[in-house]
Order: sequence, then structure tokens, then C-alpha cells
Amino acid sequence: MAVCIAVIAKENYPLYIRSTPTENELKFHYMVHTSLDVVDEKISAMGKALVDQRELYLGLLYPTEDYKVYGYVTNSKVKFVMVVDSSNTALRDNEIRSMFRKLHNSYTDVMCNPFYNPGDRIQSRWALLPVSASSPVQVGPTSCVRSSPGGPYSCVRSSPAGPLITW
Amino acid sequence: MEKDTEVYKATVKDDLTKWQNVLKAHSSVDWLIVIVENDAKKKNKTNILPRTSIVDKIRNDFCNKQSDRCVVLSDPLKDSSRTQESWNAFLTKLRTLLLMSFTKNLGKFEDDMRTLREKRTEPGWSFCEYFMVQEELAFVFEMLQQFEDALVQYDELDALFSQYVVNFGAGDGANWLTFFCQPVKSWNGLILRKPIDMEKRESIQRREATLLDLRSYLFSRQCTLLLFLQRPWEVAQRALELLHNCVQELKLLEVSVPPGALDCWVFLSCLEVLQRIEGCCDRAQIDSNIAHTVGLWSYATEKLKSLGYLCGLVSEKGPNSEDLNRTVDLLAGLGAERPETANTAQSPYKKLKEALSSVEAFEKHYLDLSHATIEMYTSIGRIRSAKFVGKDLAEFYMRKKAPQKAEIYLQGALKNYLAEGWALPITHTRKQLAECQKHLGQIENYLQTSSLLASDHHLTEEERKHFCQEILDFASQPSDNPGHKIVLPMQSFAQLRDLHFDPSNAVVHVGGVLCIEITMYSQMPVPVHVEQIVVNVHFSIEKNNYRKTAEWLTKHKTSNGIINFPPETAPFPVSQNSLPALELYEMFERSPSDNSLNTTGIICRNVHMLLRRQESSSSLEMPSGVALEEGAHVLRCSHVTLEPGANQITFRTQAKEPGTYTLRQLCASVGSVWFVLPHIYPIVQYDVYSQEPQLHVEPLADSLLAGIPQKVKFTVTTGHYTIKNGDSLQLSNAEAMLILCQAESRAMVYSNTREQSSDAALRIQSSDKVTSISLPVAPAYHVIEFELEVLSLPSAPALGGESDMLGMAEPHRKHKDKQKTGHCMVTTDHKVSIDCPWSIYSTVIALTFSVPFRTTHALLSSGTRKYVQVCVQNLSELDFQLSDSYLVDTSDSTDLQLVPLNTQSQQPIYSKQSVFFVWELKWTEEPPPSLHCRFSVGFSPASEEQLSISLKPYTYEFKVENFFTLYNVKAEIFPPSGMEYCRTGSLCSLEVLITRLSDLLEVDKDEALTESDEHFSTKLMYEVVDNSSNWAVCGKSCGVISMPVAARATHRVHMEVMPLFAGYLPLPDVRLFKYLPHHSAHSSQLDADSWIENDSLSVDKHGDDQPDSSSLKSRGSVHSACSSEHKGLPMPRLQALPAGQVFNSSSGTQVLVIPSQDDHVLEVSVT
Repeated sequence: MAVCIAVIAKENYPLYIRSTPTENELKFHYMVHTSLDVVDEKISAMGKALVDQRELYLGLLYPTEDYKVYGYVTNSKVKFVMVVDSSNTALRDNEIRSMFRKLHNSYTDVMCNPFYNPGDRIQSRWALLPVSASSPVQVGPTSCVRSSPGGPYSCVRSSPAGPLITW
Repeated sequence: MEKDTEVYKATVKDDLTKWQNVLKAHSSVDWLIVIVENDAKKKNKTNILPRTSIVDKIRNDFCNKQSDRCVVLSDPLKDSSRTQESWNAFLTKLRTLLLMSFTKNLGKFEDDMRTLREKRTEPGWSFCEYFMVQEELAFVFEMLQQFEDALVQYDELDALFSQYVVNFGAGDGANWLTFFCQPVKSWNGLILRKPIDMEKRESIQRREATLLDLRSYLFSRQCTLLLFLQRPWEVAQRALELLHNCVQELKLLEVSVPPGALDCWVFLSCLEVLQRIEGCCDRAQIDSNIAHTVGLWSYATEKLKSLGYLCGLVSEKGPNSEDLNRTVDLLAGLGAERPETANTAQSPYKKLKEALSSVEAFEKHYLDLSHATIEMYTSIGRIRSAKFVGKDLAEFYMRKKAPQKAEIYLQGALKNYLAEGWALPITHTRKQLAECQKHLGQIENYLQTSSLLASDHHLTEEERKHFCQEILDFASQPSDNPGHKIVLPMQSFAQLRDLHFDPSNAVVHVGGVLCIEITMYSQMPVPVHVEQIVVNVHFSIEKNNYRKTAEWLTKHKTSNGIINFPPETAPFPVSQNSLPALELYEMFERSPSDNSLNTTGIICRNVHMLLRRQESSSSLEMPSGVALEEGAHVLRCSHVTLEPGANQITFRTQAKEPGTYTLRQLCASVGSVWFVLPHIYPIVQYDVYSQEPQLHVEPLADSLLAGIPQKVKFTVTTGHYTIKNGDSLQLSNAEAMLILCQAESRAMVYSNTREQSSDAALRIQSSDKVTSISLPVAPAYHVIEFELEVLSLPSAPALGGESDMLGMAEPHRKHKDKQKTGHCMVTTDHKVSIDCPWSIYSTVIALTFSVPFRTTHALLSSGTRKYVQVCVQNLSELDFQLSDSYLVDTSDSTDLQLVPLNTQSQQPIYSKQSVFFVWELKWTEEPPPSLHCRFSVGFSPASEEQLSISLKPYTYEFKVENFFTLYNVKAEIFPPSGMEYCRTGSLCSLEVLITRLSDLLEVDKDEALTESDEHFSTKLMYEVVDNSSNWAVCGKSCGVISMPVAARATHRVHMEVMPLFAGYLPLPDVRLFKYLPHHSAHSSQLDADSWIENDSLSVDKHGDDQPDSSSLKSRGSVHSACSSEHKGLPMPRLQALPAGQVFNSSSGTQVLVIPSQDDHVLEVSVT
């Protein structure tokens, strides 16, 4: 489960930022903001790659003691940043990827809203809810980890795509 | 040779057998027998059977199935190709066999290891045991220089252990893992300087290692291998992961850790890793790979900071005893310094110990680390991270009570957050900055930050109230310097939302009251009492600008009076979002003389918005002193309490000077604190105008009709003049126009915006010359409206001329009447001179009245009986009721009677219709040569009810002259003799009988009259004309006759006429003229007059001179008759007899003409 989801505009101001332990919102704001450094770095490193071959998923931006920060950038340079609790070892790369994909889909839906001006803050409380709320754990393909306790250490392989939420 | 064989048989074979047995006993299958041959001997033995050689024997004896287990090394010490070859063969064989052996053995080892691993679910399984087994494999690989493979072993162990911890956390505990959960007692960090930390390895072997020990050992091995593999940056990356992971694992396993212990361990480890990497890389490499190491630096800084806070090294007072105890405990956990670093001055151990030893040392180390980290972050472009570390540093400085050092870091971070629009970090950093500024005593900055914070919705209500209170507290302090003002930007305090003018067109007259209502949205959490809110107004006069005249302003400025101000987009960064769109307009500048294009271009109207400074913080410019001066134009509103949210504030101002007023600045003062909105945009203006008093008089209807009461509207625009009691309009009466005084007439007073303010009765006093209308009292810039009824007396048209036979009399008008073309009504202008109280000059107003009727008269004859017909034509749009028509003879001839033949006394006359009246003239004695008549008819509008006043009748005067019939003309056509009817083409005889009906009368006395023997005669000329070409007059068609002036004198004329058509033909006209002799003196004079000019004036004069002369028309015909002789010799002149004097008794009669017999053409003419 992601503890914080952020959608950041091309100009690096937050379009949407929400964290689940709301009492520590500020920390996540700082964290997401700082992570933009790495996002920028990765984007500029990626800039040489061909556009159509570009991987939107930026991977782990940086770990902290308690959290892991992952990044994703759309072709329009809108950044998604997701903060995951480090103790949540169930979430591996594939899960993060699929969460980002879902977030991207939700964001696309928001952009399709004719009443939404691109560049405005996303006010809707529920707009990106499927990802930011507990859904990745419920819906995502991560529970397979627990189904094999004590299995081989290479056990964390998950089906790449969980059922997508349609709403 | 033989000897060799024997030796072999004797001893070597036994030895070999023994050796083989030993090998078998150890179940070793890896062996190789090497036979060293001597080259010299070999040469001789080429022919010997191979079977007999030692090699063969050995192969036979030992290598029964594995012939490759025996190799021959010939002459190993000689340098020959053969030697070389044999060496190569030997080495290849050896290598192959060795590899086979290793593969087999390692495969077996791995199988065993795997078996052991599969037993991990069994109760007695131990990770440490397994660890040792797999590490052995790693050692083998390492010894074989297979570092990659060796690393894989460690990585697998790492992953396995991690998985166990994860599973343990998920509730699936393994027994052996509980062993690792013992409390952490030692936190001396990673040791990376030794290839193998035997101490830790032994503790693992003994199953005494703690989690940190295991992790440390594992990582040290990984680090060693990675460094062998030349991958130092991976070490850094893995180290960070490891450190984070360990912290997590300890948390997950719920291992009890003394506070700060982990921080120590992490700090030491970070530094150890960094120093290890530095030890094996040169400076340039390190510099170019900062991105990999900076994480460790930052982590170390963070940990040292938390250690500092934990041990009380950051407080101002230094550590207390509790802190000291904790420090001692922490240092104890470090143990003694390792011998391998004991001689290193900068060892992590020494650093930590020193940093924890004193406040000063801590500060030094912490600052060193922080600065290094910030520098590194900055150098690789991670500005945000650098700012974040800087904020930590600022926090540290604040704790150390060094706000001056903290400020720069806070400002830097805040700028960064503002630029990128991160609201929560902005709020948090501002809060810190506020504290910093408060400590620094930067009052102005502090108040500004406080106002920003007080309006910040990300803060709690209490916090906002606190900051608001800070401002209010400061404001309420008695200032030692009374003139001193603290100027702060308005935006954070309150926002100007909209502005509303009353009157809504934002135009007010001099002295008028203008209300400006603004909506200020207070951002403060509590009601704020504001001493005054001031709007600074810029005054400008735009002279010669038609847009600024009173008329234009009051009519054309039609905005709704509400101006909305765009809300500040504060939370967004100063990117393109907050910038307004370009407002571009085309611009053409034309030459004033010939309107040709001089320049053209594009103007951006909102340059000031686009090009203003991009700093959103502290961009307040001190408002210019002029704006804050008391003498300048200001709108002021005192003692306002701004409630949180929207507030309506009303400014009321009395307009003074005419001109344009532009609102420039908005200031709200709370004590000595002034909140200033430096620019009000969009531009807000109001206009003040001054107006001269004016009087307008205009008819209510399209046109005024003469004769009936008509309403006229008086509009007095007071302008700057105030109507006082007793002020009146003095109207000098026009002679033919009455002002009807109605008791109930009222005047309405309107304000300039057309709101009715009052109405008052109008007092009108009339005297002979002057009508005085007292105006109601009205303030300046009001409009008084009232209506008056005026009556233009129907103008009596002057003497009508002698009318032609059925012709229209040309109406003669008074000289000021205007004759309009067409059938328009005759109009009369009445000029009224009005004296207004505000001016010494009279206002002259012309009112034009139209006469609704046009009247014509005609004289009708029947033999000697005479009739006068009057035709009244209604030209107006109204219907009238005519009554009491009279025709009177004004010359009072007693014997003349006018007998009306009209039956109805009341008669309606509809719009655009005519009514005819006829009177018969009767006389007993000789009729007068001329008759002056006056026609009068009463009229009133048909639709209206009874009028209050009696209207004057409409009169029409005219004169009829020479109306008495003197001659009777009778014409007759007779068919040719012997014919019953006239035929076309055949001559008929026309007999004209001219009969004198009266004796000598006054009218006959002219120059044509000749007297002989008491008999008078006059010369007449007759003429037969057939205008319709029905007849052809044969022979003479005219002739002069001498007519005796006596009753019943008759003259008969015969003529031949020929009908040209068949049918009933009207008779040809017979005209009669007076034949005047040429020698008349009068004639030459008339000619001379004609020479002058024949305009109406001269003709009139002439008419005056010649009272007995004929009318203009008759003169005109004379003129035309004699025009041919104008310049020639004097000739007799012809004068048409007036229509009334000749009666054509045969007019209208017709003669039947039948077609001639040979005429086969029948012409039908339809007219």
C-alpha cells in the first residue's frame, strides 16, 4: 500500500498529493518534493533514449529509512511519485509498476473530464483514490507472497497485472 | 631402459598400487600419472614395441578404462618443440581434469548444500550452520578468483536471511531466528578494512552473532568482493540499502535497541563505507560519482543530528546529566576501537566519540557534515535535497540560538518551495522563518511573514490566530516614533474582491455624492479593527476631450458599476499559470491633417502585469510618499472592523473638481501597521463633471397645431445652479400665442440619474406682456420637467386675391409665414423670449405651429346669379368638428346678401379630407365692383372632450372682384343647310352670340371704353379655340368687335367649322378679351414696369398703385399676351375679361356629328 501518492505538474508544482497517515502530511510533502531531484536526474538521463522506447517507470528514486520513493513520468512530463512503507516488503517492482499504471489510468480519466483544466490542482477527493487508498493491496497481485510462507527466497513473483478497477 | 622396466616392476608399480589404494580409500577419483621420459633414450627405442614401454605398462596396470589419466612428459628440461608439445598436452590434460574434478566436487558440494537448505523447515536447522557451508563455497570461488560467483553466494545468503526476517514479521517465525532477536548490545559499525572479519565469523560459527553482527559480516564480505570486482559505487548503494534494511529488520523483529544505538551504528557504518571507498578510489573518481555517495553523507548527517538532539548537544545550555548518562551508554556500546583503525586520525570511531564528547565538537562535526552534504547535493544539481538539508541546518541554528545563520537557509528553502508552489512546505518553512525573524528582531519581515501565516489555511485556527495576534499586538503598541509606519503588502491581510460604484456609471457631478462600495475579503482568522481604510486617488483633468463632457458622460458611460478583481493565484508557482494572457491590440496612428497612416503596430496593454518582478515574496515596493500624503485625493473610511471573510466597505465622497479620478492604492491601517495594495488593477476610475444650467422647450407631439391648445414640455437642467425659492422663468408673450394657465399643472423634479425626487405645483402668473412661471425649489444637478399648454391663434390669412374661375387663390401670408412646398401645412413661428434666473441673457425659443387647414375659395356663376364656394382642407392628422360657418361681407354693402346654402351647422372634417361651403350672392341694386369676404368657421378637435377655453374660429379672408356678369356668350353649331346633322368633314356654321347684360357700370370705365353721342361702346376681341382638336376652324378664328355698352346689346358672329370626328362633340371654346388701344399712357408705363422685374413684390406695388387693375393672374396673362410686342412698336393689347364678367351659356353643350357616308373608319376614343 502506498502511503503517499503525488501527481506533479511539468513545472514541478503538485497537482495532487495525498498521504494516508494524514497527521504526517508535511513529511511526505517534503519527501516528494525532494524526490523531484532524482526524478529530474532520471528524466535527463533518459532524455537520450528514443521517445517511443522510453520507459515511463523510473523505478526506485531513493530509499529512506522508513520509506521507499518510486517515480513515474508520463510523456507529457507529469510526474507520479509514490511513497511506500519500507516495512511493506510485499511490494516489489511489479506491484509498483502496476500501481503506477493504474494511477496513470486514473489520471487520464481526470484529464478526460471536460471540466478539468490541465494544470489545475486536482481537487476531487476521490479522483485518484483507487491507488492512493488501500486498493493496491486489496486489488493488486501482491497477496501471493503470503500464500507461500517460507517458500524459496525467489518466491516473490507476482502476476503482472491485477484486475483493473473500473469506476 | 631395461633397467627402467625392471625398476618399475620392482618398486614403482607397488608404489603406484599403494597410492591408488590410498586414493580409493579416500574415495578420490581425481588422479593423473605423469611419466617423465628422457629424450636420449627415446631415440634408440623407436622400434621397440609399444606394449613393452613403461607407459604402456602403466596404462595397462592402472588406467584400464581411463587411458587419458596417464600423460608423458618428454624431456621437460630441454628446449625443443617436442618438449613444448608435451608440456602443452600435459597442461591441457591437467586443466581438463582439474576442471572436471572441481565441477564434480563443487556440484556435489552444492547438492549437499541444497539438501541442507531444503531441511530449513525442520526444527533443528540452523542458519548459521548453513551460512558456514555456503560461505565455504564462496571461499572456494574467491580463491579461484571467481569473485562474481563468490558474491552470488553471499547475495543468496543475504536474500535468504531477508526472506526469513520478512516471513518472521509475517508471523511465520523460525526458531533459529529468535536467536538473532537478542537485544543489541554493541553498535560498533561495519568493519570493511579486513578481507574477512574473523571475529564476527567466529561468532556466527558459534551461533552467538546478533543480527547486526551477521549483517555486518555479510556486508563486509560483499564489500570485499565488490571492490575486487572494481564496483565501489555499488558498495555505496548497497550500503545505504543495508543500513535502511537493518533498521527495518530490527524494527520488524522487535529487537530491543537502546535509543541512539542504531544511530551510532548507522553513522559509523556510513563513514566506514565512505572511507573504504575513498581508500580505493582517486579523488577524480569520487568527485564524478558523488551521486552515489551523497546518500550516505546525507544519512550520516541525519544520524549525527539525531544523536546530537538525543544527547542534548544541540540545546543552548548543553547536555544535562540525563543526556550525559545516555552519551556514556552510547559510547560504551561502541566498545574499544579496532586495532586496524587505531592509528587512523579520522576514523569513524574517533569522529563519533569526539562529536559526542562536547557541544562544540558536535557542532563542528555536524556543520562539517552538513556543509559537505549541501555542497555535494548542490554540485550534482539536487537543489531540493540541498535545501532540505539546509533546513535541518537552520533548525539546528535556531536551537543554538543563532537565528542570523538560520535565516539564509530558511529563505533559500522558502524561495524554492514558493517557486514550485508547494503549499505545505511553504507554510512550515514560513513558520520557522517567522520564529527566526522574531528572534532577529526584523519587525517588518516578521509582521509580513505573520500576516502571510495568519492567512494561511494550512495552519490550524489557533496558529493563525496566534500570528494574527502578533500583528495586532505590535500594532497596538504605543510607538516611540509616532510617524513611523510599517508597510506590509495587502494580499495576505485581505483581498480586494470587487468594487461597486453608486451611481453605477461612476459619473458624478460637482458636489454630488459618490459611493464606492468595495468587498474586501479578510484573510485574518479573527475580526480586525482597522482604524482607517484609505484609497489613494489620482486626479487628472482631460481637457478638450469630448468623452469627458457632461453630456457624453451622463449618456454614454453605461457600465454596471461593478468591477471584479481577479483573485490572487498565490498557491501556484510563478510559472505561466499566474501570468495573464497577453492583451494585444492593433494600433494605428494617423496623420491629423490628411488621415494617412503614419505608424502602425501592436501594443501589449498589460505589460505592467507581464513584466513585473517574478518574485512573489517580499516584492513590496514602498508606496510612494505622495500616495500617502494627506493633501492628496483620498477616500477614507474610518474605524472598520474587518470580519473574517467578505466585508463590505463603503466610501462616500463628495465630488469637488471636475475631472477623472483613478483609484491607485488601497491602504488599511492597523495602528502603525499599514497594509498596502500598491496597485489596483484593473484600472478603476470615476468622473466628476460640471454642467451649465440649461432650458429645453420642446413640443410633446411631432408638430404643434395652431388654433388648438398644444402641450409643450419645459425641461430645466439645473446643472450647478440651485433653484431657490422665488426663481421663475419669465416668458415674454408673443402676440399671437397664448400660454394657457392651468391650475393643476405640476412640475416634476428628477435627480440627474432620472430618479424622481419630488413634484410641486407650478405657479403661473400672467400679465399682458410677461408670463412668469415660478420654478419649484430644486437642488443642483437636477432636472425639472413641466408641461404648459400653449395656443397659437389661428392666423387670419390676409386678403385673398380675386379668385379665378374655379382657380385656387394664392394665399397671401404674413411676411413671417413660410410657404412650404407640397401640401404641407402652413407654419407660423412664434418666438418666445425667456428670462432664466441663472443668466442675464434671455433665451429665445422658437415654436413652430402648423395651421391645420388650407382654405380656397371660388366664384361660381349661373347666368347672372353668383355663388361663393369655400373649400376647407384638413391637412393635419387630427379630425376636427367644424361648426358655425359664416361668410360675411366686410365692406358692409347693405344691399348685398350672402345666402348660405349649407345645411348642417356641425360638420366633421376628417384628417386629409375637405369640406365645401357655398353661399349665394344676392343684391338688389348695382353690385359693387369688388367684394371683401371673411369666412369663419369654429373648429375643435373632434375626439376631445369639452375644452376649457373657447377657441377662436378659423377665419379666411378673401376678395372677389368683378364678379358681376357683363357678357353672355352663346355659341351654336348648325348643320349645313339641308342636313339634319353635322357630318364629319363637312363644313358647319358656328354662330356666336355675344350679349351685353348690363348698362354702363363702374367696372367698364377703362381705356377701351369709347364714348360717342352718349353711347358708350367698348372693343372686345373674340377667339374660337378648340383645344381638343375636334373642330377645324375654317377661316378667321378671331375678330375684334365694338360692343355697345348697353343692356341687351348683342353681337353675332358667324364662322365655318368642320367636325373632324363623329359623335357628340363639345363646342369649341369662345374666348372674349378686352381690346385695349395702344396709345394709352398707362400702357407704356406698364411696359416700363414690366421691364423692371416681374417679381411678386413689384407686382404687388403695382397692384397698390392701380387699385382697379386686375389680379396678378390676369396681369400675367396680359403680360404674356403682349410679350411678343415687348420691344416692338406699341401695339394694341389684349386683356382677358375676369371670369365673373363672362358667362358662357353654351359651355357644356354638345353637338351630334355623324360620320360621313364614305367614312368607314370608326374611331373610338376613350378618355
